[in-house]
Amino acid sequence: MSKRTLVIGIVLLAVVCTLPFIVSNYRTFQLTLVLVYAIALLGLNILTGYNGQISLGHGAFYALGAYCTAILMDHWGVPYWATIPVAGAVCLVVGFLFGLPALRLEGLYLALATFALGVAMPQLLKYHLLEKWTGGVQGIVIMKPSPPFGLPLNPDQWLYFFTLAIGAVMFILGYNLIRGRIGRALVAIRDQHIAAEAMGIHNALYKSLAFGVSAMFTGVAGALGAVAVQFVAPDSFNIFLSIVFLVGIVVGGLASIPGALYGALFIQFVPNIADEISKAAPWAIFGVFMIGFVYLMPTGVAGAVRLITSRRRA
Amino acid sequence: MKALLVGVIAATLSVPAIAQKKYDAGANDREIKIGNTNPYSGPASAYGQIGKAIAAYFKMVNDQGGINGRKIDFVSYDDSYSPPKTVEMARKLVEQDQVLFLFQTLGTPSNTAIHKYMNTMKVPQLNVATGATKWNDPQNFKWTMGWQPNYQTEGRIYAKHIMATKPNAKVAILYQNDDYGKDYLKGMEDGFGAQASKYIVAKASYEVTDPTVDSQIVQLQASGADTFFNITTPKFAAQAIRKAYDIGWKPVQYLNNVSISVGSVLTPAGLDKSVGLITAAYLKEPTDARWANDKGLEPFRAFMKKYMPDANIADNFNIYGYTVGSTLAAAIKQCGDDLTRENVMRQSANLKNLRLETLLPGITITTTPSDYAPIEAVQLQRFNGKQWELFGDVMTSQ
Repeated sequence: MSKRTLVIGIVLLAVVCTLPFIVSNYRTFQLTLVLVYAIALLGLNILTGYNGQISLGHGAFYALGAYCTAILMDHWGVPYWATIPVAGAVCLVVGFLFGLPALRLEGLYLALATFALGVAMPQLLKYHLLEKWTGGVQGIVIMKPSPPFGLPLNPDQWLYFFTLAIGAVMFILGYNLIRGRIGRALVAIRDQHIAAEAMGIHNALYKSLAFGVSAMFTGVAGALGAVAVQFVAPDSFNIFLSIVFLVGIVVGGLASIPGALYGALFIQFVPNIADEISKAAPWAIFGVFMIGFVYLMPTGVAGAVRLITSRRRA
Repeated sequence: MKALLVGVIAATLSVPAIAQKKYDAGANDREIKIGNTNPYSGPASAYGQIGKAIAAYFKMVNDQGGINGRKIDFVSYDDSYSPPKTVEMARKLVEQDQVLFLFQTLGTPSNTAIHKYMNTMKVPQLNVATGATKWNDPQNFKWTMGWQPNYQTEGRIYAKHIMATKPNAKVAILYQNDDYGKDYLKGMEDGFGAQASKYIVAKASYEVTDPTVDSQIVQLQASGADTFFNITTPKFAAQAIRKAYDIGWKPVQYLNNVSISVGSVLTPAGLDKSVGLITAAYLKEPTDARWANDKGLEPFRAFMKKYMPDANIADNFNIYGYTVGSTLAAAIKQCGDDLTRENVMRQSANLKNLRLETLLPGITITTTPSDYAPIEAVQLQRFNGKQWELFGDVMTSQ
């Protein structure tokens, strides 16, 4: 790590740690959601950006994570922090299992299969046999956690730092995963799967793993999102969420770790800006933004940032 | 001494609130800031029309000088019918925009998501746009109030009508298996009271995910019922009406208010197959010939012409938005110069026989601190093959 990146890292850390003390509670809540989305987008980016498998159904894993947390908290009184790893583990297993058959599907066909998952999820959550757990259409209201150990923080600030800490762990995990041999194998499969197989990479295993790990990240994000919003309901996780995730990673930058953060900022704030501009057609405005971003930054925000910094160096 | 003290306290308490101006965040001498969320985009964006109608209504109020000299600043955000977004927007409205209260936030799940938050913050969540019964719970949720007749009230009214007109009725019920369907079902069962098991001979439910309700209709017919209560959303309502007719089942049919649209329910079901359906209404239908020369509707028509020239007057959401806006205007007027959240809630819970001309004749709005259900009366109407025809008196569930 160069001195320069170290300095940037420290400044960035200082900024994210002081932000909640400067801005209002409502903004802190929004920033918490940005962190949540960033984790979800990182998960999707591992699958789509690095491994080249398109998923239109990641909202389903987000929902699964959120419901794990809500049900554990609501039915068994499990503390919120303890539900996060459970949600991650459940999503890891479910993602891996879904990845096994889905493996046989390439490109667009996989996109369709995952789309089916995303579409089905809200209806499954309303299914009457599961209603005892999921609360049906009513959803589940959960308690807002208060800061532990008498920390001088308000609940919003505490939730922000809690999410930030988990986000940091997830990003370090993701970074190590992508930088190591597993990451190289994932990229190799994306770029040339026959050659990858010839090099001794177990394509099927790695693709399923990518699916599982990706689902785990998104599930952890869903769990954190549920705690932050304090409510889960099937209507929170419709197919649109999955599509917005995909938009997030493309706008943020495919196959880029900071791209997840840029994408999260985009999906959190641009719809609000669009709504301010026009009530009649907020999504049309959103569309204009999207086209603008994709046109001006074809490799996403992360790509544009890379380009600017490398030019400056040269 | 003690008597004096009591006297002083009593005197302090009885000083009329009107005497001094009192404000909470969002209100001052010039304006009152009101927050709202509506689905302007997303799957439920048809409802967004309500938000637009309310915004237009307050624009008219402001053009006419505001309420007690104060203009209304109606801040409405898009939540796409997504509960997390509603939470975000409600927090923005309360914490950042500093509105005095929220009004007509739309959707059962969306309002559930902010229910606890609003009550913790002690910010009124007024006249929410959903028919669930849980909004009338002043003991536990003092800061939340509904507006339209709730589903249970409506169910009770049908039960009352059945008991009065057909004491030997055998009732079959089809309901959507969620909180909405169960609310109606409970209303009807409560309406029958101890005799519920005598009246109700069959119940069948369906999931929103089901493709059709054909088998349920066949099953209900087989029960030998002669009265049918149809608790379904538009698509399923049309299927049920059509299927019952096609298999030759001719019960007296009660259709819930949710699916009374002639255009999207009765037309696809077949107008001839819908003759005789009974349902409940509380708003005047602007396109109904009966109200063509109605004086009471004139201000509404003028409003539509001037403030919503592009909107379709037949769209029920416009008159809904106008009427709920009028309700709030009356409550704010009653607040006088005491525009604290406490007083807004107190006055909203203290409307006495408020008569709005867009409501059906004889229907008034009454609330008390222990009854947060503003509209509790409806009038029954029967479909004649062309349009709904009102009959009988205005009914309440009492």
